[in-house]
Amino acid sequence: MSKQRPAKTALKSLLTTGAAVLAFSGPLAGMAVAETFKIGVVTFLSGQAAESFGVPAWDGGKLLIDKLNAGEVPPPYDTPGFGGIEIEPIVIDEAGGATKQVQEFRNLVQREGVDAVVGYVSSGDCLAVSPVADELQALTILYDCGTPRVFEDGSYEYVFRTAAHATMDNVALARYLKAQGVEVDSIAGINQDYAWGHDSWRDFTASMAQIYPDATVEAELFPAFGAGQYGTEVSALMRQGVDVVHSSLWGGDLQALILQASPRGMFQRSQGVLSAADHVIPPLGNNMPEGLIIGARGAYGLLSPDTPLNRWWFETYEAEYGVIPVQAPYRMVQALFGLKTAVEKAMDANGGSKPTADEIREQLRGLEWESPGGTITMALGNGHQAIQPTAIGRTVRDGDGNVVIGDIQRFAAECVNPPADQNSTDWINAGFPGAVCE
Amino acid sequence: MDVLLSILIDGVIYASWLFIVALGLTLVFGVLRMLNIAHGSLYAIGAYAAASMVALFNGLGLPAPFSLLAMLIAALAVAVALAPLLERGLLRLFYGRDEVLILLVTYAVFLMLEDISKLIWGVNPYFVFEPRQLFGNLEFAGLYYVGYDLLLIVLAVVCGLATWFGLNRTRIGKIVLAVIHNRELSAAMGVNVARVYMLAFFVGVFLAALAGAFTSPLISVQPGISVSVIILSFAVVIIGGLGSIPGAAIGALIVGIARAAAVYQLPEAEIFIIYLVMAVVLIFRPEGLFQRVQARKV
Repeated sequence: MSKQRPAKTALKSLLTTGAAVLAFSGPLAGMAVAETFKIGVVTFLSGQAAESFGVPAWDGGKLLIDKLNAGEVPPPYDTPGFGGIEIEPIVIDEAGGATKQVQEFRNLVQREGVDAVVGYVSSGDCLAVSPVADELQALTILYDCGTPRVFEDGSYEYVFRTAAHATMDNVALARYLKAQGVEVDSIAGINQDYAWGHDSWRDFTASMAQIYPDATVEAELFPAFGAGQYGTEVSALMRQGVDVVHSSLWGGDLQALILQASPRGMFQRSQGVLSAADHVIPPLGNNMPEGLIIGARGAYGLLSPDTPLNRWWFETYEAEYGVIPVQAPYRMVQALFGLKTAVEKAMDANGGSKPTADEIREQLRGLEWESPGGTITMALGNGHQAIQPTAIGRTVRDGDGNVVIGDIQRFAAECVNPPADQNSTDWINAGFPGAVCE
Repeated sequence: MDVLLSILIDGVIYASWLFIVALGLTLVFGVLRMLNIAHGSLYAIGAYAAASMVALFNGLGLPAPFSLLAMLIAALAVAVALAPLLERGLLRLFYGRDEVLILLVTYAVFLMLEDISKLIWGVNPYFVFEPRQLFGNLEFAGLYYVGYDLLLIVLAVVCGLATWFGLNRTRIGKIVLAVIHNRELSAAMGVNVARVYMLAFFVGVFLAALAGAFTSPLISVQPGISVSVIILSFAVVIIGGLGSIPGAAIGALIVGIARAAAVYQLPEAEIFIIYLVMAVVLIFRPEGLFQRVQARKV
């Protein structure tokens, strides 16, 4: 018994000290900590999507949050933070799969007590997290993922997607080909063997069937995600000698395809049409071939419009990181500007106090706001899914020999996105009813 | 006819690449009786090291052909740095233990090497353009092929022959074969078994890194390349029969040509075909194509 005494005494004194520290630090902490708007940012910081999407997106988000907190963003976003409330981000790596992300989402909401979650590049993660967001009544903004299924197969109260889904990219590509007078009798595709690749190819072939009804599909290749080597696929595509080769490959896979196909002359034999390719221009530099028709999944980066807000954003990002902003950071800031607009509208409505998730989602539903890529409208999915203008262009060399994008054509949001009451595939197959192309 | 020729060329190019990876795996299994999952990471580290070494050589202003030398040095450097560390520092502790345990240990090494690669090279992809531009283009069956890709066939033949020759026609090779036949008896006869294991593992690591180094000009070197390569090379060695060099060569050719045929004729089966081939082979030869003949040889 006597042996236990020193341990007991030590424990007692530790508890006493702890209680004293807590007693004193409580009020002090309360005085020191100002109210913040906590955002859980979830994006790929490792893995294959990190370099192309996750890291540049967070670079963009971090930069914008700093600028917003400092009140250094041009109008209409010149109020510091969100309506004067400082933004406090908590960033989480999206790598690890949907099950892990659901767990991380619960952590963010229930342990960290975030006011909103902004995140998800992977369509699988978006689909997995959305029902949980509604279950926890946690305001969630999907900023990047492309699958139309989130709001076409489901309906959520607390989930919003502030970027257009992938249907827009492929409808715009088909329209661009027609508008540029490209003759197309035959097409082939090389897309990754998962939902993104299959959905993209389905939307592209369906759009081409409407716009070029006589064109035939000669080859449909679906190499594994991360395959890396495409020598055989390039041979098979070249042997077909089709007019157009479509691909929704991205990141390292797309870079590898371009590096392997270019020296073999695939893009001389067929017109390359790439739906999500702007982000490979900076890393490939002058190894990017000329004459490729490319999209950026929005009017982003080299395809972005010349507006004061975009000029500020483009120049600020380039000055900070020494590289041009590509699609991912554009989509991230688009989400943050949308959230800021909704929060401030909610504050206007409630007399200026920090709004609840319910007050913010009331404002986000059907909201319209300006972003560097153009006007974003929450037009689909009962006001939870954005549509936006987009642009397609062709790679060319500028006077200094650098690869840039020329022949840019812009498409209004209503021209390349389905109307509110229609499913994307049905809309394309019906011949784009209700499309408004100016 | 042209299509058939294209399938053959594409299939053989792919098979050559697979064979170089599978050769190291086969050698390590043949000698150490170890299914080394970390082989995939060693391949990836070889690719990263080559990308860095080529960039270093370019920075020094050396002519483009030196990039091939840079890739070779990179592969050697990986083997020198990692093979003794892994074999002496860790794997030797598990010789003779349950194969499942060794599998788990090499899987743990795989995970650690993945993270170490990320720590050293980050998550951004690396490119090595120069070597692939060295040999120009050649025309076969109405298609252009990059000369560098065809060089992979030569490299695979050289690696395969050198390994076979080293094992069957040199003194040290015969010692290795003796160790494979009977470790205890070889030790009793005065063979330094530990050194033989070390040598075999070194060559295995070198071949993995060499495959990675010479693949780096084809791909964007980035996290994740180790996973697909280890799955494919396991399929190859299982088809060919574990531990058999001719088996690895035939397995790689079967996988390469079957995959190429699928891409041309039945693209939706491209990924599935490799496992279909493996399943068919295992139904008729559960021990793989060459296992029985080469059970005591590599």
